[in-house]
Amino acid sequence: MSKELIDAVVDMREEDAVKIAENLLSSGADPLSLLDDCREALGIIGSRFAAGECFVPELILAGEMLRQVGALVKPKLEGKAGPAQKKLGKVVFGTVEGDIHDIAKDIVEFMLEVNGFEVIDLGVDVPAAKFVEAVQAHKPEVVGLSGFLTLAYDPMKNTVQALKDAGLRDSVKIMIGGGQMDDQVAAYAKADAYGKDAMAAVTLSKGWVGAK
Amino acid sequence: MPKPDNFEKLTPDQKRQARLDAWVNHEGIEFKTPEAEKGYRERAQMFADAFSMKKPKRVPVAIATGFFPFLYAGYSCKDAMYDYEKLGKAMKKFHIDFMPDTAASAGLYVPGRILEILDYKLYHWPGHGVPENTSYQCTEAEFMKQNEYEAYLSDPSDYFIRCYLPRVMGALEPWKELPPFTNLLELPFIPWGMLPFGLPHIQETFKKLMRVGEIALEWAGKVAEIDNETVTTLGLPKYQGGFSKAPFDVVGDTMRGTRAMMLDTFRKRKEILESCERIVPFMTQMPYGAYAWGASPTVFFPLHKGADSFMSPKDFKALYWPSFKAVMLNLIKDGMIPFLFVEGSYNQRLDLITDPDIPAGSTIWYFDKTDMKEVKKHLQGWACFSGNFPSSLLKTGTIEQVKTHCEQLLKDLAGDGGYYMVNGAVLDEAIPENLHAYVDTVKAYKA
Repeated sequence: MSKELIDAVVDMREEDAVKIAENLLSSGADPLSLLDDCREALGIIGSRFAAGECFVPELILAGEMLRQVGALVKPKLEGKAGPAQKKLGKVVFGTVEGDIHDIAKDIVEFMLEVNGFEVIDLGVDVPAAKFVEAVQAHKPEVVGLSGFLTLAYDPMKNTVQALKDAGLRDSVKIMIGGGQMDDQVAAYAKADAYGKDAMAAVTLSKGWVGAK
Repeated sequence: MPKPDNFEKLTPDQKRQARLDAWVNHEGIEFKTPEAEKGYRERAQMFADAFSMKKPKRVPVAIATGFFPFLYAGYSCKDAMYDYEKLGKAMKKFHIDFMPDTAASAGLYVPGRILEILDYKLYHWPGHGVPENTSYQCTEAEFMKQNEYEAYLSDPSDYFIRCYLPRVMGALEPWKELPPFTNLLELPFIPWGMLPFGLPHIQETFKKLMRVGEIALEWAGKVAEIDNETVTTLGLPKYQGGFSKAPFDVVGDTMRGTRAMMLDTFRKRKEILESCERIVPFMTQMPYGAYAWGASPTVFFPLHKGADSFMSPKDFKALYWPSFKAVMLNLIKDGMIPFLFVEGSYNQRLDLITDPDIPAGSTIWYFDKTDMKEVKKHLQGWACFSGNFPSSLLKTGTIEQVKTHCEQLLKDLAGDGGYYMVNGAVLDEAIPENLHAYVDTVKAYKA
């Protein structure tokens, strides 16, 4: 474990983080330990976000740092099978039909992945039928519906209904989030919960799969 | 009320009052009936009182409209942008049926044909990238690259003409081949500088602009006709005047896109600050394009990238606020009234925005999702405030829920004046009975 790398990521020192990672690798550090360090740093950043001490730009930069360290580590992992990470569960996620906003969706997906979930990203402007297909194919525990607009209320409701019609509603928990969403809309759409931000989505999902 | 001859010598407060008086006293409007004129004057006066932090005769109520008038009339969002007849019919029906205290302008719905001819890429609009019954949405791409701040700072207009516009409008792509207009110095250089304008593909761009200009003129005529009918027959004043943006949002929304802009706050801080400063004069001048004496002196700013979760309070203070404040102060000096629409929330910003450099009574704050009790605590006696009636209730609640929520907001917020009611996010969908309950509850409220 490198405290130096963890601190650089947590303190948002992008150039330092990349340099430290390069130095660690050239001095023979286990490439997998670098990814563990990044995950630890992201855990700290996530808690700070939940506590209102850091904000979306920090999450995005943290994602960038993770991507860059990942790119450095990848060639060193060739032929070296890391221990398969046990996932907490699967989440099928997308922005509902008619809405093309992706920033919140991407951040929530990123935080879910960092926190141990496998995320199946369906993209933006996703018709209800595509959510149904994805749930049938991937058998997730959780479905996340993202939407920014008030015009996303009905597509959310229709998506939940489509899952019900396909006999899949009881197999998943459904959360909604985004710009104009709230508990009132969650009730209207017959979703299980509204999450106000990325960490709320993580907390909800963890609760549903019985993880701490 | 004509513009006073000594206008330039008035204080900012006097200028604002003169502009508000001219609006209330409807300089240049000919009403269809005496009732419409009386109604206009009363409604405009209620808003003018609220804007000036006084207690109006009753709390005025506004409906911030997105595409609601069209869906309500049985049309599509696409119709709003492609069919002038339906545009007129929908706006008329909306105003007659709901009678809020202010007119929504048909000018919100821009002609899709213009965007098509220009091949505009910053937005998708109904039937063009998003379904016909969905509102237009920003695509958030990086139309300015991260390494182009310097070029922008060196000459924003040249950067727009030869770099930004060719990217954001496919029809103007050939403009990237144009030489800078600053080359047109002295007689010997003129023909060389003019050469590109002889090339067929460059000429094609101007033909498209001429066509677009014709459509824009036709559209503006229709909009004026529709708005004029609303104002002169129903007596509903237009309370939104000009339009501007916070400089940080110009860089973030228009040029860099949210994600890139957020990374720039770590990687390009100096360049962001310099760009925001550079934009101040442009955003100061922009609202006057849509303002004539007698119109509402408010200048609408939709605020985006400074919302609570989008940056730390520290960055809001360092990166977002200084240039935004500079634009506001320039307008305030001239008696214009910055009308700030806080999208998302500003729960962590209320201490910061109540900046002592901004004179009391010179701004209007319209909130989307900020805690309104806290807003009142911070803003009462400093500026007019409004907003945060949840769009979710209008679409998914019951009439009773709408009434109760309305009454609670009025009870919590309206007592000391300086307040009017408006829904938080612009309205695309609502149950009509809920919207009636919203308007009627406010109108019936006795403080």
